[in-house]
Amino acid sequence: MSDPISAMNMARFDGIARIEETGLHGMITLRGDLASKPLKAAATAVAGVAFPGANEANCEDDTGICWMSPDEALVMCPYDTVKAGVAQMQKALARQHVLVVNVSDARAVFQVSGPSAREVMAKLCPVDLSPEAFKPGMFRRTRMAQVAAAFWMVDDQTFRIVCFRSVADYVFSLLRVAAQPGSEVGCF
Amino acid sequence: MSHRLADHGRLIDRSKRIGFSFNGAPLAGHPGDTLASALLANARMMVGRSFKYHRARGVVASGAEEPNALMNMGQGATFEPNQRATTTELFDGLTARSQNHWPSLDFDIGAINTHLSRFLPAGFYYKMFMYPRAFWKHVYEPFIRQSAGLGQAPRERDCDTYEHFYAFTDVLVIGGGIAGLLAAHAAAQSGAKVLVLEQTAFWGGRSPVDGGTVDGVPVEQAIEKIVGELEEMDNVTLRTRCMGAGVYDHGYVLGYERLTDHLPVAEGPRHRLWRIRAAQVITATGAIERPLSFAGNDVPGVMLASAMRDYAVNYGVAAGRRIVIATNNDDAYRTALCLKKAGLDVVRVLDARSIGGGALMEEARAEGIRIDCGRAIAKVTGGKRVRKVKICAQDGIGGALEDIDCDAVAMSGGWSPVVHLWSHCGGKLVWDEDQAHFRPDPERPPTGPDGAGFVTAAGAANGILSLDGALKDATAAGRAAAKAAGFKPRRTAAPTGDSVAEAPLEPVWLMPRAAQVSLRSKSWLDFQNDVKVSDVQLAAREGFESVEHTKRYTTLGMATDQGKLSNINGLAILSDALGQPIPATGTTTFRPPYTPISMGAIAGEARGEVFQPLRKTPMHDWHAAHGADWEPVGHWRRPYAFLRDGERVHDAVEREVKNTRQALGLLDASTLGKLLVKGPDAGRFLDMLYTNMMSTLKPGHCRYGLMCSENGFLIDDGVVARINEDTFLCHTTTGGADRIHGMMEEWLQTEWWDWQVYVANLTEQFAQVAVVGPNARKVLEKLGGMDVSAKTLPFMGWADGRIGGFDCRVYRISFSGELSFEIAVPASQGLAFWTALIAAGEEFGVMPYGTEALHIMRAEKGFIMIGDETDGTVIPQDLGLDWAISRKKDDYLGKRAQQRPHMTDPGRWKLVGLETLDGSVLPDGAYAVAPGRNANGQRNTQGRVTSTYHSPTLGRGIAMGLALKGPERMGEVLEFAGTDGKTTSARIVDPVFYDKDGEKQNV
Repeated sequence: MSDPISAMNMARFDGIARIEETGLHGMITLRGDLASKPLKAAATAVAGVAFPGANEANCEDDTGICWMSPDEALVMCPYDTVKAGVAQMQKALARQHVLVVNVSDARAVFQVSGPSAREVMAKLCPVDLSPEAFKPGMFRRTRMAQVAAAFWMVDDQTFRIVCFRSVADYVFSLLRVAAQPGSEVGCF
Repeated sequence: MSHRLADHGRLIDRSKRIGFSFNGAPLAGHPGDTLASALLANARMMVGRSFKYHRARGVVASGAEEPNALMNMGQGATFEPNQRATTTELFDGLTARSQNHWPSLDFDIGAINTHLSRFLPAGFYYKMFMYPRAFWKHVYEPFIRQSAGLGQAPRERDCDTYEHFYAFTDVLVIGGGIAGLLAAHAAAQSGAKVLVLEQTAFWGGRSPVDGGTVDGVPVEQAIEKIVGELEEMDNVTLRTRCMGAGVYDHGYVLGYERLTDHLPVAEGPRHRLWRIRAAQVITATGAIERPLSFAGNDVPGVMLASAMRDYAVNYGVAAGRRIVIATNNDDAYRTALCLKKAGLDVVRVLDARSIGGGALMEEARAEGIRIDCGRAIAKVTGGKRVRKVKICAQDGIGGALEDIDCDAVAMSGGWSPVVHLWSHCGGKLVWDEDQAHFRPDPERPPTGPDGAGFVTAAGAANGILSLDGALKDATAAGRAAAKAAGFKPRRTAAPTGDSVAEAPLEPVWLMPRAAQVSLRSKSWLDFQNDVKVSDVQLAAREGFESVEHTKRYTTLGMATDQGKLSNINGLAILSDALGQPIPATGTTTFRPPYTPISMGAIAGEARGEVFQPLRKTPMHDWHAAHGADWEPVGHWRRPYAFLRDGERVHDAVEREVKNTRQALGLLDASTLGKLLVKGPDAGRFLDMLYTNMMSTLKPGHCRYGLMCSENGFLIDDGVVARINEDTFLCHTTTGGADRIHGMMEEWLQTEWWDWQVYVANLTEQFAQVAVVGPNARKVLEKLGGMDVSAKTLPFMGWADGRIGGFDCRVYRISFSGELSFEIAVPASQGLAFWTALIAAGEEFGVMPYGTEALHIMRAEKGFIMIGDETDGTVIPQDLGLDWAISRKKDDYLGKRAQQRPHMTDPGRWKLVGLETLDGSVLPDGAYAVAPGRNANGQRNTQGRVTSTYHSPTLGRGIAMGLALKGPERMGEVLEFAGTDGKTTSARIVDPVFYDKDGEKQNV
């Protein structure tokens, strides 16, 4: 077995914001009744954080839980523990009607950071990204230009973006264009 | 001649000079100039030629409404045609060329059209180019194409970048004049989030030019103060050089920001398209002065009175030295006074009103300006610039009373509110009899989803032309918008404006009132498209009663300025000709954008490498480095073939097929859809989706299945693997993955919401490699790690394990007819696994193969391909796939549809193999002809080719096709018609050309 490689191999770009691919992350799709106590317990046991509410993300470093839809959550963990995490959740929820599956390799994760990070994102996503409207702790599934993406904020100037692996190159290029020097909007 | 004044010019910096060129001539201007003001300062009064008659044209306006001064701007990669000189800020090195003339602006062959104008009336094209019929294609159209269009098309790629920006606000104010600023101020005091867009580089609009005081302070200072306060407010965003381009449903508004048009060397995007969602919109877009319709009103040197004032006050530029002013209202006296103060000779004011105007007129008279009331311009003479004005009585046919020498004429026909943005989304207008203009009807605004209005007009845009009235109106509009957006406005008094009271205007749609035809046919309405008063009258006589029809027949208002100056005058003439009041005629439809916006801004970031997303497999870069000739499949790029040095594509494909059949081939199959379906009802669910039975599949085994739409048509196919009791992995076609995933969710969320099934799309989780050929097992055994023998892993089985140290799932399935293993590994190890297979396979003759080899091998085996054998009208039964349709099941999607009489008609075309008699390759899509002709005189048909290739294995052309009762006609020869007029003979044969018994794949 060789070392796994993320889609953009940790590529980075510095413009009006810093754009970087953050490598491989453990990601587990969890579908089921999000109100169910065993389901929440199984997710929080793997992620070590409280279960988020609707449209929220509860992430710390490499672990976390993101609310994806009324019957779907995304559980985040370090890449090298994802198999164990999947097994642990499957075991804990063996009697429930749920779907627990490893999607770590199907995704790419980017970080956009800096004082203009919100503006870079607002060039690509039809989302109100003003500081009063979108805050750390919130989670949004939307599109970036022509592809699906989801994101949350690590802090007030830092976004984490999850997109499909096959379009990682497109998303990285999009972010590079949106963060090109001299393109500050001065709106937020 | 036009020239720079020694003083005036509040927007220019006289301490600096900047160079630019016009038609190659080097000229100079000042920072703050527009191209139009700089051209006028350089005595360039003639700046272009009109569209139809190629008449000399000068600058007529000072802003976005300009119809004449359109330029080919820039050069090479920054070239852009039809740019308005009046809204182009001058910068050092600007290059502009005038348009629509040959060989030069000064001497133009096309100008002969003006002498032929008697023969080029409204509707000329429709009347002239009808007969003889064949002339249209070969004579008329090429000629019209040659002469059509104003500017040139760019020849080079645009070197600039563009972007979008999504903004959300409570109150959006369009227009940064005094009304817009006050409305923004009033709205912002409620705490509402306010965004203000101003299309020019300056705040205040035209009020600093018009003068007056706000709460006792000169208006220019008042504007500075309001802007200062707005800048201090956290909830206010101010943008200059950003035009409100269009208002759409649900408070969606487009803003067009020009970032570097005035700073061409600056980095960053050139234009930014603001995609705004606003709870409430205030249109404070001002008003546009109307021209007067008199003979020769298009001669360079005839200008709107307000524009002439703008050029003097803002840029220190005079349109002439001896100026005649024609008006029907008091506002033009401001121009008279302004020009007089600037030291110019205002030789006469011709006031069409028999009793003249009010205080402003008296002020002008006191300054010694001669004013003739009840007088009009009969005609302006001069070709390339104004030489003389013939004066007549307004109430007459135009008999000249006097000639005056002059070099410029200012005209003022009253003001029309800019109602465009109010109207874009359905705001209605009322005719204001007193001011002779259409203004927004506050009772009928554009409405949102709740039925309440979401647009408020303010100030001059609302038909409030006095300063004090505009201040009050704007303050009220700002408060009302904030309230409608859910905020509590503060109760502060609106400022008080003080400006000179004006006497009422008198509507003047034609000057003189009863102008004879020789004058009417030289009285321009639309300067850019050359539509005259006589053209609209002719249209009315010919029966064009609807204003929309008249517009299209005469081309009135259809030029790039969209009739900002001409529409109201034109429909007044039409109303008069039809003998009906103006509101009965109505206006044409106002459509976005307000002025043309760049294609680049619309495209935003989507150009070059991010024009469209390309989906890439983990092995994409390896393929690129190894000669991949790409084929787009959905948004994926897949290698069509891997070209070796100097190899042609066809040869590469032949080599890949032969090598795979004889040794070992690798296919990157990562793009295949992989949908995980799990739950107690998963089997039941798949039994409904697939035509065959999936619930009986045993874990560890695979089954090929077909999916149909409710109408019975085949939409996708693929191999399903049962993972365990309640889990299945469904492979879809590459293009079908997202579509089928969506379809599964739709059925689960709408019809079968109570079934316990979850679906996840794992397409991209795995890199999948097809290891194909007689040596396939050998290379896997060499890498080692799991038992892939026929006994342990039989055909149509799957197993989890490790190969060469890679965690993998191996499916023993074959789309080529050879011994084949499709192996899925985590995507992040896909490249490593691929290269490991390439290295290990070297001794077994490994070669990667592309999609064309895949297609050929499946066709040799008679396997169908979704999109080739299917086209949305084909059912599985047409393809001889009855074996894959369960008869035991009560239902599946498409079952009932497939029982319709048309679907069971024995006359349906069915799948067969086709073998040309001469071994050649049939043309793709060719039809098999049948005797006789149909009602359209076309040859009857009895079949068509769906897939056709040269088979390297068999050394001849092979094809699949659909033919009338095909399977019953084995051995018959059909004639296929090519597009070259030739026909090819092909025999109907079994569609399986290679290894019919499947011995090769079963080893």
